[in-house]
Amino acid sequence: MKYLHLIWAALFRRRTRTVLTLVSIIAAFVLFGLLDAVRSSFNQAGQSANGAARLQTGAKLSFIQPLPQALQAQIARVDGVKQVTYANWFGGAYQDPHNQVFSFAVAPNYLDLYPEVAVTDTERKAFAATRTGALVGEQLARRFKWKVGDRVPLQSTIFPDRQGSKNWPFEIVGILHATDKKTGGFFDQMFLLNWKYFDETTPYNQGQVGWYVTRVVDVNQADRVAKAIDALSANSDHETRTQTEQAATASWMKQLADIGLIVGSIMGAVFFTLLLLSGNTMMQAVRERTSELAVMKTIGFSSRSLLAMVLAESVLLLLLGGVIGLALATVIIPAISAGSGGMLNLPPVRRGSWSLGVALMVAIGMLVGALPALKAMRLNIVDALAGR
Amino acid sequence: MAEKLIEIRDLSKVYERGAQKIEVLHHIDLDVDAGDFVALMGPSGSGKTTLLNLIGGLDRPTGGRITVGGQRLDELGAGPLAKWRAATVGFVFQLYNLMPMLSAQRNVELPLLLTKLSAAERKHRAAIALQLVGLADRATHKPAELSGGQQQRVSIARAIVSDPALLVCDEPTGDLDRAAAEEVLALLRVLNRGHGKTIVMVTHDPKAAEYANHTLHLDKGSLVTQPAVAA
Amino acid sequence: MKALVNLGLVVLLLVVLAVWVVLPWPGALAAALLLAAWLLFTRRGGQARSVAGVGISTLPQRLGASAVIVVGIAGVVGVLVALLAMAEGYGETLRKTGSNDTAIVMRGASASEVMSVLDHDSVTLIPQAPGIARNDKGEPVASDEIVVAANLPVRGGAPDEEGSVQVRGIGEQAWAVRPQVKIVEGRRFQPGLRELIVGRGAARQFAGLVPGQSIKLGTHPWTVVGVFASGDAMESEIWGDAAVVADTYRRGSSRASVTVRLADAKSFDAFKAALESNPQLKVDVSTTLDYFAKQSERVTQVLRVIGITVGSIMAIGAMFGALNTMFAAVAARAREIATLRAIGFPGLPVVVAVMLETMLLALLGGAIGGALAYLVFNGYGASTLAAGSVGKLSFELRVTPELLWTGLKWALAIGFIGGLFPAVRAARMPVTAALREL
Repeated sequence: MKYLHLIWAALFRRRTRTVLTLVSIIAAFVLFGLLDAVRSSFNQAGQSANGAARLQTGAKLSFIQPLPQALQAQIARVDGVKQVTYANWFGGAYQDPHNQVFSFAVAPNYLDLYPEVAVTDTERKAFAATRTGALVGEQLARRFKWKVGDRVPLQSTIFPDRQGSKNWPFEIVGILHATDKKTGGFFDQMFLLNWKYFDETTPYNQGQVGWYVTRVVDVNQADRVAKAIDALSANSDHETRTQTEQAATASWMKQLADIGLIVGSIMGAVFFTLLLLSGNTMMQAVRERTSELAVMKTIGFSSRSLLAMVLAESVLLLLLGGVIGLALATVIIPAISAGSGGMLNLPPVRRGSWSLGVALMVAIGMLVGALPALKAMRLNIVDALAGR
Repeated sequence: MAEKLIEIRDLSKVYERGAQKIEVLHHIDLDVDAGDFVALMGPSGSGKTTLLNLIGGLDRPTGGRITVGGQRLDELGAGPLAKWRAATVGFVFQLYNLMPMLSAQRNVELPLLLTKLSAAERKHRAAIALQLVGLADRATHKPAELSGGQQQRVSIARAIVSDPALLVCDEPTGDLDRAAAEEVLALLRVLNRGHGKTIVMVTHDPKAAEYANHTLHLDKGSLVTQPAVAA
Repeated sequence: MKALVNLGLVVLLLVVLAVWVVLPWPGALAAALLLAAWLLFTRRGGQARSVAGVGISTLPQRLGASAVIVVGIAGVVGVLVALLAMAEGYGETLRKTGSNDTAIVMRGASASEVMSVLDHDSVTLIPQAPGIARNDKGEPVASDEIVVAANLPVRGGAPDEEGSVQVRGIGEQAWAVRPQVKIVEGRRFQPGLRELIVGRGAARQFAGLVPGQSIKLGTHPWTVVGVFASGDAMESEIWGDAAVVADTYRRGSSRASVTVRLADAKSFDAFKAALESNPQLKVDVSTTLDYFAKQSERVTQVLRVIGITVGSIMAIGAMFGALNTMFAAVAARAREIATLRAIGFPGLPVVVAVMLETMLLALLGGAIGGALAYLVFNGYGASTLAAGSVGKLSFELRVTPELLWTGLKWALAIGFIGGLFPAVRAARMPVTAALREL
């Protein structure tokens, strides 16, 4: 630690050059922060303690195919099932068919299976009591400036009412809050309506259910219960496929894009250029300090210690720039999400990204400093002092 | 009879540049007493810097023996030589070779980083050394803010801060004007006469050599004269 | 004074960048030719050339530092072009699927085909509207189709990993409405049977879509009898007989859309007006070109924003790398430059020379980055769950000449900024100080 002052002074020997290099490193790690946040949120989607105990049952044929409502009672009787609920995709849009709103027509007990969604008892009762009642997620309400008590019309892009109109009137009776922002942020964007209202109003649903959500008694039994549920409808005209919520979400995300590959490739290119850039800076720094390094050796510093000091210098360079960059990313992302008024919901930089980031900074620092450090170590005192 | 600090027997140094072999020093025999102030003079290419480097443990001889302070330098590897230098020798170079980004005080402290002294003790010792060379009021200045003579004196402070027995100086006044040179040389004499440091100094300047007790002459790698002991 | 100069430089920079952004390639070419003429034929230009010559001749000594500029900018351009190529390829695939002389009719206020439900009456009424082309038998070329989704095992994934593919039930007229679709393997399906033909893109994405093999849709096995290609979004679908598909999905006689071939592009307005004024119908009518273009809009936009964001951040990094390198280069040549100025060279040739060197390196970087992007990514297959469809859309990345030009523009802009400040520093360095520097 007593060498820290020396290493720091060496780093800022040529202040302009070091600062310019630092800016490049900062830029690289801001990008890393942004991209890794996206990557890890894709990976983590659907992974939560609550999600592990939930199963999703959909039609095997395709995800847009409905299931009979009679299945609910059957599923409830399966061994290992604690509770079962259902929902339908409403296909809602607000004011413009392209302004999609995540809207589900849900069974009365739907929220029982999602304890991570916080809603007051009064609001739940209001939802149950009001036919056209709607519970909306926090961010969704903020985006369209909805308040409890507002009457809002929502278009369904799929289901018209009996008169053929696609406009459905609703009354907002409560606001939903996701208690775990990391994995449950999705709930802040939801719009829930009563299934009964939905089924009675459109002639096209005819008592069918979009999908079932089941809560298992024992998480370790999830697979067995899933198979048992599917066995109920085997060889019928409504065969089902039941998966854990995690598996279902993961498979959905995978279809969206191979995020890991894209992010990995971009960061590969970025870090490659960073290696070159910092490597060049460090090589220059060592090259112009040969006489000083030689003097250090004359004073009695061992070759090994010079190696360590140059390596420490380059790791410090990377850590300095990298930490600032990641910190910037941590601050910028929520600012952008907030500034967009709820339209953009960018994932924040998490601890995992920090750990990975710091590991990368140290690794790149070592790589970058390796060659210059070796040069410093192998410096011949006599030649260096003579200016050769 | 004063005890010998430096004892050199049959010392040779050969440099290999590619296929060529250049013998820079030929079978030198030399003794330096402890507390002596010796000047080494000679034309360019005579090998005086090479001899100085060997005495200071910066390089290893090709042949012969060199003993400094009872330690056989030719038997030490690079690592142990470094440790030995830290404990026994202080260097002063022609081009001050201070770290430009450190203050005078931090520059002087540098050799103390190799010891187990605390930060406060290091600072204290550096302050004493700076006081000795008359630059206590310049402790926080960076080399760029000091004159040539002042920089050289900081360099000397650094050389003595860990209290070495031997000071090795390579053209310490080569880059200074007359007045600054005299200041530096006077300081060296004080260190020798007042503090008992043994000094071996390479110089071009006969006037500088006058400050020493003896002068040795090197030519083409061999000692030309053996000095008579001066008063 | 220094602050004023720097401020002036920044203003100059912004002006030049603003012009540069909108400049098309003929404009840039003209500017380059003007510059070359200046260099070759004027005295100041000659001076600039000699200063530049000194710089470029010493480049091999500064290989490492120069590589920083080239590689840094190559990285920016490579990534930028690749990401934009994704947007381009995706958009192009969807755009090609539509044309001006075919129209698609869906139920009103449907966001996409798969969400639209047209009852049998509507399906019968729509082909009676004016403006539709007629075939040899005098029938309107109108294809009513049902669009649903199916879960199929993904190729190359875990054994139980499934993806969603868009399934289209068609009739005879579908071929007349889409002449660009051709069978490339096997044969067409036979009406009334559980037979499927699969698009080339779908065959790439999913396992078991090979002529002769059978797959399970729900409880029934279907046989794949052929592969079709069309070079557009249709390739990501699998097609079967509309009646059989509707039966499997229990849709009865309802359909999702009616696609018609218009007599000509001009007939669209009359066609649309007739349908929209019909009180028995509640439909949306648009040309297929409009429909698919709109579908791709948002995703293309998002992809482009991502590309530009990532590219910009990388560009900042590259730019500071260039500044670093060029400041060092100028410092290393301080003595030569000062000597030239002591002799009497004015400032401008020095500035031009330094900028020329930087921009040549940047150009090289841009060319390398663009070439890499083209070689690696042009035609690279990708797929995503597209908006407006329920199946994975296969598309290929498209590195177009416009994109390469955009990449080059970015490269030169970075080089310009990276070289400007060092160049001005070189020209304004106090001569005496520089001559003294060792």
